Amino acid sequence: MTTDNNTKAPVNLAKDVQKDHSQLMQKEMIRGNYKKLAEAVDDPDKKVVYTFVPGNLNELIQCFDVVGNYPEINALQSAMQKKTGAYIMEAERHGQDEDVCTYVKSDLGMMRKGNVGPSGDKIADPDLLLLSYTGCFTFMKWFEALRHEYKCDTTMLHVPYQGDGIITSNMRDYVVKQLKEDIIPALERTSGVKFDIDRLRENMRHSAKAEDKLVRVLQTAKNKPSPIDSYFGGIYYVGPSFSSFRGTPECTAYYDALWDEVNARVKAGQGPVTPEGVMQKERYRLVVEGPPNYTHMREFWKMFYDEGAVVVASSYTKVGGVYENGFRHDPDNPLESLADYCLGCYTNLNLPARTEMLENYINDYEADGLLINSIKSCNSFSAGQLLMMNEIEKRTGKPAAFVETDLVDPRYFSSSNVKNRLESYFQMIEQKRNSSAA
Amino acid sequence: MSKTTQIIERCLALYEDLDFTAARQWKDAEQGRHVIGFLPIYIPRELIHAAGMLPLGIYGGGDQMEVIQGDAFYQSYICRIPRSTMELSLTGRLDFVDGMLFPSICDVIRNLSGVWKLTQPDTYVRYVDVPQNYDKDIGGKFYIQEMRELMEGLEGISGRKITDEALLESIKLYNINRDLLRELYRLRAVVPWNIPVSEVYLLMRAGQVLPVEEHNEMLEEYLQAVSAVDKPRRDNVKVVLNGMFCEQPPLNLIRSIELAGCYVVDDDFILVNRWLRENVLETGDPLQNLSDAFLEHSTRTSATYEPCEELKGSQLLEAVRKSGAEGVIFAAPSFCDPALLEKPMLEDVLNKNGIPNVSFKYAENTGQMQPIREQAGTFADSIKLWS
Ligand code: SF4
Ligand code: SF4
Repeated sequence: MTTDNNTKAPVNLAKDVQKDHSQLMQKEMIRGNYKKLAEAVDDPDKKVVYTFVPGNLNELIQCFDVVGNYPEINALQSAMQKKTGAYIMEAERHGQDEDVCTYVKSDLGMMRKGNVGPSGDKIADPDLLLLSYTGCFTFMKWFEALRHEYKCDTTMLHVPYQGDGIITSNMRDYVVKQLKEDIIPALERTSGVKFDIDRLRENMRHSAKAEDKLVRVLQTAKNKPSPIDSYFGGIYYVGPSFSSFRGTPECTAYYDALWDEVNARVKAGQGPVTPEGVMQKERYRLVVEGPPNYTHMREFWKMFYDEGAVVVASSYTKVGGVYENGFRHDPDNPLESLADYCLGCYTNLNLPARTEMLENYINDYEADGLLINSIKSCNSFSAGQLLMMNEIEKRTGKPAAFVETDLVDPRYFSSSNVKNRLESYFQMIEQKRNSSAA
Repeated sequence: MSKTTQIIERCLALYEDLDFTAARQWKDAEQGRHVIGFLPIYIPRELIHAAGMLPLGIYGGGDQMEVIQGDAFYQSYICRIPRSTMELSLTGRLDFVDGMLFPSICDVIRNLSGVWKLTQPDTYVRYVDVPQNYDKDIGGKFYIQEMRELMEGLEGISGRKITDEALLESIKLYNINRDLLRELYRLRAVVPWNIPVSEVYLLMRAGQVLPVEEHNEMLEEYLQAVSAVDKPRRDNVKVVLNGMFCEQPPLNLIRSIELAGCYVVDDDFILVNRWLRENVLETGDPLQNLSDAFLEHSTRTSATYEPCEELKGSQLLEAVRKSGAEGVIFAAPSFCDPALLEKPMLEDVLNKNGIPNVSFKYAENTGQMQPIREQAGTFADSIKLWS
């Protein structure tokens, strides 16, 4: 298959910089946070809390004037900078097994090499590990491993799994109690700041506004052509909301700016912005399940946009919160709503719920099919995906395909394999179209 | 044939029977009986027993079953137990099971609960969550309610209520089981040459398919018979095995470790049998008792969170000291995040305490025993040489 040179327009830097104002804002926000993490190295008054993306309690963390650090984000950013291969090998040299989650190994390797973050500055050691055990068993062992090294205070929030696809009051009460009895006291202890529920409510108000906008942005992909790519672009769009910024005015401002940009593209009937400019011709609309590969992100994305394939919905953009069904952080019921937020994150949903969500995406976004990017070292996502694929094919009649990569381990990205699979998949979609047109 | 051989032969037959004939026969013996399957690592079996049902432990297909259909469900980088468990299901070997419980152990078994829901929509399927918070008012309350919901599910199958009396009675029977297993493990640590590791393993496995009453009888008979056994003591070193709590090693692998010169004096096989390290109170509120026992006396393993850094690995150290072991063998299933992520922390604790250790990986269908035998043999030799 040859590249259709008409699928993308040449990059117009001046125009794109203006268009990507939101991206610049995000960069600035991230840079600012890494700066704070670096300053905390020499400033014992600045307290640092490490935590995870799924089930992150950023609104709460912000109440204590501490700096949040997200090891998953460090790992993915480091992967984009091609640093994780060395980190992973370092961790394996120190006893980590080749089979385990590479996020963990990347983080441990980075720590062993001096904990220099993606910004090039050292990241301060944690004063508190806030283990939000949401949707992934590995989180528990990850922070135990970090605690084993840092010997620092650790607090754990156990978020029960939605085994039956529902949130029961027992689950909610359990999470709320842990917030009250364990998490908040631990944050108070670490920071020396007294918990102020009104501050939490205020942060949640910001979150809810940002969440409204995020949903609106992601749903613009229902347009044809889709003005956004909900996977490769989507990871940027969810960035502020999934990390240290949700609940802050900057985060809300970011989503305002993003909405303006995306809305302008909708009005102009434009496709998504890719690293090589605006995608001109939308040929395939896909739903993607699973995290992306970060070590070869550009190359991976190019395999899509070169063929005019756009991802209209993805599950990965829901790992840090599912908002499309109406959930918003609720300032009137702050702790209960934090519990519901954690309980509702994508990997905390059972397989039937995940399958249904993807099926709905295919229908609601009028997609041509489902692509699963199965991550070698992520049991939470990967176990059960083959069945999900078959179910969705059966239910929607749309073709599905499976590629295998890793999040941050460059050894598991085989460019030719992935490309071949994708090319056959696009051909499959064409055949399906032709046969239904006949 | 000696009594112990007779008992172990029966256990072996039960272990090799992937059609679960004994459980089928138990079910067919009386109208209205039900069988509830469960996977590793822990569920309160007392609830199932009190409902008049048979708890059936399912540990994959081992090395005797060819996995054909199950492979279509799992990528090559996921451990073997879910695919062979699916094979058991897809080949009709579990068609007599009325419900399936998937305990909180890892994301693979967690997701297998969803696979079951999608592929067996008519079966009662429950993910059994247990608290990782051990505070009575927090984790305890959550757990009691979870157990209540599980009981309601079981009552829905049997059509009858589980009474407190029945539950207390079941607790008593499982306490006897715990006592007997504790005695078995104690004795094995003292005279491991008389109680081979393969026999302990098979006795533990028998408890997964037999009613607890029958298992108790079997253990009593074995303990009585084995006290008369006097085999020659070999120049073996004593080791603790760690990491085999979910996907099962082939029986030959377990035997190989012993043949290589290691007496296994403690292990984490079939933890559901020994999860509660102390007995459950037999009077009062049974759910409260089960919950208290879980919060206070659970085995600390890779599947649980250790809230206190100082206690990390302490149970393993205790097992080494109590059993008089000279080293630890970590044996984990390939692709098993819980076991493999836990291992470096435990290794560190052992190294700091000067306890020799070695590690290898296996799969339930590992066929080549030679490398493992060599590794275990070298380990045993090095202990003998340096101690
Ligand atoms: S196993 Fe998957 S979800 Fe869990 S930490 Fe690793 S990459 Fe994230
Ligand atoms: S072997 Fe390990 S990873 Fe596999 S199901 Fe068991 S605990 Fe989970």
